[in-house]
Amino acid sequence: MLILTCPYCGVAADETELACGGEAHLTRHGPGSSDDAFHGYLFSRKNPRGLHVERWRHVQGCGKWFHAARDTVTLQVFGTYPAQSHEPPEDIVRAIRRRHPEWTWKGAA
Amino acid sequence: MKRYSAFAIAREALRNHTGWERAWRAAEPRKQYDVIIVGAGGHGLATAYYLGKNFGITNVAILEKGWLGGGNTGRNTTIIRSNYLQDPSAAIYEKARSLYETLSQDLNYNVMFSPRGVIMLAQTQHEVRGYLRTAEANALQGVKTRFISPKRVKDLVPIINLDGPRYPVLGGLWQERGGTARHDAVAWGYARACSDMGMDIIQKCEVTGIRQKDGKVMGVDTSRGPIDCRKLGIVVAGHSGVLAEMAGFRLPIESVALQALVSEPIKPCMDVVVMANTVHGYMSQSDKGEMVIGGGADGYNNYTQRGSFHHIEETVRALVETFPMISRLKMLRQWGGIVDMTGDRSPILSRTPLEGCFINCGWGTGGFKAIPGSGWGMAELMARGHSPLTDAFSLDRFREGRFIDESVAAGVAH
Repeated sequence: MLILTCPYCGVAADETELACGGEAHLTRHGPGSSDDAFHGYLFSRKNPRGLHVERWRHVQGCGKWFHAARDTVTLQVFGTYPAQSHEPPEDIVRAIRRRHPEWTWKGAA
Repeated sequence: MKRYSAFAIAREALRNHTGWERAWRAAEPRKQYDVIIVGAGGHGLATAYYLGKNFGITNVAILEKGWLGGGNTGRNTTIIRSNYLQDPSAAIYEKARSLYETLSQDLNYNVMFSPRGVIMLAQTQHEVRGYLRTAEANALQGVKTRFISPKRVKDLVPIINLDGPRYPVLGGLWQERGGTARHDAVAWGYARACSDMGMDIIQKCEVTGIRQKDGKVMGVDTSRGPIDCRKLGIVVAGHSGVLAEMAGFRLPIESVALQALVSEPIKPCMDVVVMANTVHGYMSQSDKGEMVIGGGADGYNNYTQRGSFHHIEETVRALVETFPMISRLKMLRQWGGIVDMTGDRSPILSRTPLEGCFINCGWGTGGFKAIPGSGWGMAELMARGHSPLTDAFSLDRFREGRFIDESVAAGVAH
């Protein structure tokens, strides 16, 4: 069972208590943006085999959205952090690099 | 290739079974092919087979990073049906189902197609209305289905409990010519026929890069060296995103684990396939007597080929309500496969932004039933540039808003 710690209420919650919201840090292209950018924002996903930064919601708990960095092959969790962030915080990047030395934050999609 | 027949069995019986040939050759990769198919699962092999059979293209290599048919082709619950709601889906799934009817004769390989009938239970008023609508749509599409009463459901499935504690059975969508087939045999049969046409099936050969020049595909880099090709077909289900990244584009696909489990073998007790979509479980009995059970997909991206524990509990709970007699069955095995889910729960069979590169993916939780139709359409798409079976499933349908919304038709994993 996947267990993530909600960064707001501090509860280590089972996956049954959470809902996954997909890839994190997407740029929300809207009116005025190009068709390509809008299409990319709505549909195209990185879907990586390996490190994935994604959104989760503590549905059966405090109800808040947060971010998690997780490996999609081993299910290792590198940390969770508040949704009000534009990129993974440094301590999480360091934790990721210990396992995936080649990984770099490529910015928002 | 020596044909399999009753005569061949008699002949081999007389000489101690020493004359059986290998079903397919273990090929070494050559430098260049007209077409490379990445992925030797059912869909990849079927694509290669129909390229050869329908279009005479036989200078083909099929590359597989693991072993043949070891992905979702060998991990599904073998259900075959075509009772979809939308016209493009009904067309391709019904093409597949009708090809399954004669596939054993076509391939000279027994795929054990068993048109035993498939019932999708209606357990809410919403489902009753949905399936009545599907039955009407299927009548217009030429797919033979019928909405049946709870009494008829009980006649077909004596072990069912119609008055479940949560969701009583209010009827069902019945497809008489749906059923099951032996999943491994489908892959093996196509592989044998492809090899017989002179195609190279290369196992343990992982694609590590896609070589391109001026926006056109030139070949692939593999764990066994570079191989050139004119056309490339990517048919890798759960790993489509990984290959797409090598080719330089992104897909509207997320990969998740879907799991299934199978019980100890018991005496024959159910000779149809039953799907209970509201409570989330489906079950059939294999020829060996095992109850084959499929359940829900994980709610988050992963490549674990394992699945979450709580989904097993959910599925088994639902099935014990529906079939109380299985409550003391022991489960033998549980496994998972990586399914490629699109937003509209319909597949993608399409050209890609890279010229000469085609993709067949997004079959999600319901690809096995579609293998022959998918291969038929994909082969035509790769040979001619378009196909009436696949045109609606192009990659640009997302950009253009032409979704083929099948989550409505099935409601859940299917």
